[in-house]
Amino acid sequence: MSLSNLGIRGSVIVLVMILLALVPVLAAVTDNAFYLDVATRLVILAMAAVSLNLILGNGGMISLGHAAFIGIGAYSVGIPAYYDMYNGFIQIPLAIAASALFALITGAICLRTKGVNFIMITMAFAQMLFFAFVSIEEYGGDDGLVINVRSEFGGLIDLEDNVSLYYLSFVSLLAVLYLVHRIVNSRFGMVIGGAKGNERRMQSLGFNTYRYQLTAYVIAGAICGYAGTLLGSFTNFISPEMLDWSRSGELLFMVVLGGTGTLFGPVLGAAAFLLLEEYLSPLQDYLLFDGAGIYWQFSFGIILILVVLFGKGGIVGFLDRLDEKRQRRKAKGHD
Amino acid sequence: MNLTLLIVQLLNGLQLGILLFLLASGLTLIFGIMNFVNLAHGSLYMVGAFLCATFTQLTDSFILGVLLALPATAIFGLLLDRIVVRYLYQRDHLDHVLATFGLILVLNTAAHMIWGPDGIVVPLPGWLDTRVEPLAGVVIPVYRLAIIAVGMAVAAGLYLLITKTRIGMRIRAGASNRDMIGALGVDINLLFTFVFALGAVLAGLAGMMVAPITEASIGMGNSIIIVTLVVIVIGGIGSIKGAFIAAIIVGLIDTMGRSYLDVLFEQFMSIQNAETSAPAISAMLIYILMAAVLAVRPQGLFPPKGR
Repeated sequence: MSLSNLGIRGSVIVLVMILLALVPVLAAVTDNAFYLDVATRLVILAMAAVSLNLILGNGGMISLGHAAFIGIGAYSVGIPAYYDMYNGFIQIPLAIAASALFALITGAICLRTKGVNFIMITMAFAQMLFFAFVSIEEYGGDDGLVINVRSEFGGLIDLEDNVSLYYLSFVSLLAVLYLVHRIVNSRFGMVIGGAKGNERRMQSLGFNTYRYQLTAYVIAGAICGYAGTLLGSFTNFISPEMLDWSRSGELLFMVVLGGTGTLFGPVLGAAAFLLLEEYLSPLQDYLLFDGAGIYWQFSFGIILILVVLFGKGGIVGFLDRLDEKRQRRKAKGHD
Repeated sequence: MNLTLLIVQLLNGLQLGILLFLLASGLTLIFGIMNFVNLAHGSLYMVGAFLCATFTQLTDSFILGVLLALPATAIFGLLLDRIVVRYLYQRDHLDHVLATFGLILVLNTAAHMIWGPDGIVVPLPGWLDTRVEPLAGVVIPVYRLAIIAVGMAVAAGLYLLITKTRIGMRIRAGASNRDMIGALGVDINLLFTFVFALGAVLAGLAGMMVAPITEASIGMGNSIIIVTLVVIVIGGIGSIKGAFIAAIIVGLIDTMGRSYLDVLFEQFMSIQNAETSAPAISAMLIYILMAAVLAVRPQGLFPPKGR
């Protein structure tokens, strides 16, 4: 496939991924560590959004509690670190196992419900965990816990070096994208997708959709838990705030903003989300008046509403429409 | 355990339950009729509190402040419905969640712009700001009793509205089968606008009544909306009766859990263990209750008939 066959959508995705791969270089050249900071958060949150998209976009399960898994992952780094255990080869399997277990238990109950109740009960379980961490004084309660030392991998990779941490996150994102791509296109993924479209039909075809959905829910939770370990290491800090329901809402927004049910949509969504979060405030200061920046959430909320009302298919949907237009123009040119 | 504390805590729980009912009744009707998930319902609670604070400052009277703030909140609800919410009726739940999440950000920031970053204290008139002692040693603030009385009166009024009037009949019909009542010639959009404004007034009233206790502050709706959602899910979405019972249960369980769980735990574990685990468990109690209810009855306790 040559580059011109990629279309606008493909080109933008390739461009964004290349840019992401080069961020540490750009940060070094411009001597601005801030870019690396934003990009690390972007890549980690993109991973979480991709995992959410697996159940949301492909399975139609609207979870408003996905941030719980980020929290579990981050606390799986923070709590061992509190006891001076920094070994990443223990922390990460712990995070994945704990997230998967939490997803299995809560998912088994959540998936009994449908529609609004599913949204509400996923959120309720996440809030449950939120309040549990808030009230455990030993691990900082409300105030959270500082992580002095990031995950250690026996000298294999040094996460104290921000560039190493970034590349670990970036490579993890690529691996997660590949994994999700394989899952979605497997027989398993087809069943999940089929159950989203018409659950009763899949059931009458002989599939136990509940089991398939629960498995997808556990996989998504485990991936997000892994992303949480990186976030914990990156921020050097954990607090219950990481799993507040508004964080889950933000993850949902990233997925929808980028394009629900598309592979790279959540990555583009996370990128757009973080750019808005970082630059809306200075932009308002610049465009309106000095001090307008503190009200950035006002325009952010309006953008969110407008995206929901008019942004059919998110960024990927928009790029697809551009592609279609180009195709049609091309076809006309040939006549 | 002493009786005085028990009575006071029971009243506190009842008061929380009443406030939750005011929020939950509107929200459950909005869910029930239009299948609309409104996360921003808590913002109406906040708007009610701030409007009440402003009108109380202007008129120097809390009662006048409430009486002015009630219609103002209704108008605000109407505008919100006309400007944003009605475009969302036909969308799916995901769109509802996201758009109303955006609405929360907008309304919270707008409150910040208008009323500043700090909370506003709402002073009570002297005759409400006193205490009574019905039993020796049991001291109860009059205002708490007033909240419970107003809430009960509203609940009774709502019950009459829903069961005895024509509009109530339509609301019940809408909650059971939206398409059918539309086919019978009822303007479902008009009905919903009415219900949305009614819900706004009820949520606003809850905010106004809580403002003298906690002051009106930005984001005050963010945490209570979650508990309200728990209430309507437990009660069964669309059911006023379910909302009332679930609100009282949740209010009592939450309050009693926070004050007595450690005592309960001390019966079968060491005092130290009880003191560390009780706060965590008591904060999670209502969510555990919700999970338990949904695990057994995925539709909630009192789902409206016909769906």
